[in-house]
Amino acid sequence: MAALQLKSAKFRQEREHDWSRLSGLLEKVETRGARSLTDEQLLAIPVLYRSALSSLSVARATSLDQSLIDYLEGLCARAYFLVYGTRPWLGQRLGQYFTSGWSRSVKAIWKETLASALITAFSILLGYVLVSQNPDLYFSFVSPDMAQGRDPTASYKALYDAIYGGDTKELGTFAAFLFQHNAEVCMFSFALGFAFCVPTAMLLIYNGASLGAMTAVFAAKGLGWGFAGWIMIHGVTEFFAIILAGAAGFKIGLAVAFPGDRTRLDAAAEAGRACGGVMAGVVLMLVMAGILEGFGRQLITSDVIRYSIGIGSGLLWLAYFYLPRRERGVADVRL
Amino acid sequence: MSAYDATARAEAALRRSLITPEGVDLNLRIGDAGQRIGAFVIDWMLQILCIVLFYWAVNWTLAGLGEKGSEHIKIIGLLGLFFLRNAWFIGFELSPRAATIGKRVMGLRVAARDGGRLTAEAVITRNVMREIEFAAPINFMLVAAFSGGADALLMLFMAIWTGIFLFFPLFNKDRLRAGDLIAGTWVVRTPKRTLLPDLSDNQAHGQFAFTDAQLAAYGIKELHVLEQVLRTRDRKTMQAVAQRIRRKIEWIADSLESDDQFLQAYYAGLRARLEQRMLFGHRRKDKFDKA
Repeated sequence: MAALQLKSAKFRQEREHDWSRLSGLLEKVETRGARSLTDEQLLAIPVLYRSALSSLSVARATSLDQSLIDYLEGLCARAYFLVYGTRPWLGQRLGQYFTSGWSRSVKAIWKETLASALITAFSILLGYVLVSQNPDLYFSFVSPDMAQGRDPTASYKALYDAIYGGDTKELGTFAAFLFQHNAEVCMFSFALGFAFCVPTAMLLIYNGASLGAMTAVFAAKGLGWGFAGWIMIHGVTEFFAIILAGAAGFKIGLAVAFPGDRTRLDAAAEAGRACGGVMAGVVLMLVMAGILEGFGRQLITSDVIRYSIGIGSGLLWLAYFYLPRRERGVADVRL
Repeated sequence: MSAYDATARAEAALRRSLITPEGVDLNLRIGDAGQRIGAFVIDWMLQILCIVLFYWAVNWTLAGLGEKGSEHIKIIGLLGLFFLRNAWFIGFELSPRAATIGKRVMGLRVAARDGGRLTAEAVITRNVMREIEFAAPINFMLVAAFSGGADALLMLFMAIWTGIFLFFPLFNKDRLRAGDLIAGTWVVRTPKRTLLPDLSDNQAHGQFAFTDAQLAAYGIKELHVLEQVLRTRDRKTMQAVAQRIRRKIEWIADSLESDDQFLQAYYAGLRARLEQRMLFGHRRKDKFDKA
């Protein structure tokens, strides 16, 4: 009964082979990655994708077979995401990120970073002054978990041992705990930024004030400079990370509050995407701070080396982020 | 056929147009609430399973090593947990499928709302937001509940907090989570479909000769319903539909013909007529359409 065959059925019969070939290739890429394909297969995908798209247009205009149109829509969508959604190889993207992407994304929010750094500095001062005046306030800034006995009632000897003693027991665990705590603070100050920056600012103030409060405890016993050196080894990297996370939160909050001529939604999405690179870097910085803390803090007891590591790491970060550098080739490859 | 209309309308509400650079509308379907919840629950369960296994392995190693080296294991445990919790979503969504295991099971994937490529920045942003939407408050509540030192007011606040974010996708038409909102992404459905056989390719039409008037009884909507009926192959429905069509087109049934054969033949005839008229520019929407 060949004479009775519909035009749309004939159309389908002629192209079915190409569709199933495309579907098979997609399946292979999705399960085993693009490297499992030969060059010939890889080159065939865009061609097959375009022919499937044209089949979809023809089918919509001439065929009333609903399942055929559903199938083609699904196939084209899958192929679209592969053809237009693929990114360069991960290693290449990472290289790009470390050579230019990271510093560019950090540079892009320098105003917010400045604001965030000023708030942190102010709150360190605030915590210091308040606890110096009234040591009872100490525990409103520092939780007992974090204090680990380093509070206003501690003796000079205990405080001295805390910063110069070689006692490494449980220190690694504490460093891991601290890393997690800091990562959470960073994520929160970023993620809560959309509420018009207010929670982010509060978190930064709380975080800075707790450092100020601790400094006040040590300073009261004449150990202020020693404490500063002790915390500086990892603290510079750690606080830089928190300041950057806060800045990313501010960026989103400002975009939501003052979207300009875009919609609030678009502005927030744009700011959010711009800050993704910063946040990936923040986590990396925290990991480095954790390593510095785990190894360096109790092993290095000389003030001079402590200060030079602290200041040196700060200068390195500043140079890495803000020194102008030559952009090579493709300037706008995103992570 | 009001049930059919209702599902069709619900389906249409989930469709979003995405025009490819070639100028074809892909007519994407966004993931509905049920699929999103399903995917999330699967991911959550798998994560819990992984965490339990991970803890068990760490503890086992800890016991095996005795006191010596136990601190390193503890550190690995703490950090591993952190990375498992965060890398699960980010890692899976950065893969070519752009979907976690739960999303894969439900046929979902993450895509950029503007149709462009899904950047790593967007994936990171969308999943960092997950931390405040769900993970952190739930963690807080669990810890507080087990340690017993739970302040009722604070717990209530946390519950409301999570509730707001958890139900957030239900209150916007694109089913966006707060993280999707900030990252400029959404979750679309790209299930793997198999190509079903063409129902018009059937050898049994010969014995049925419908007149033009008989084939003019229905339009495209009815044809699609008939297609569904034929693909579902529910005996009772097929019988009812066949009877109804026979009555409407005044078809005198041959004693040998089955409902299935009749419906297949009528489907092929109706489709041939409607498709031919479509080629000439008459797209007959349904049986009430006079075109």
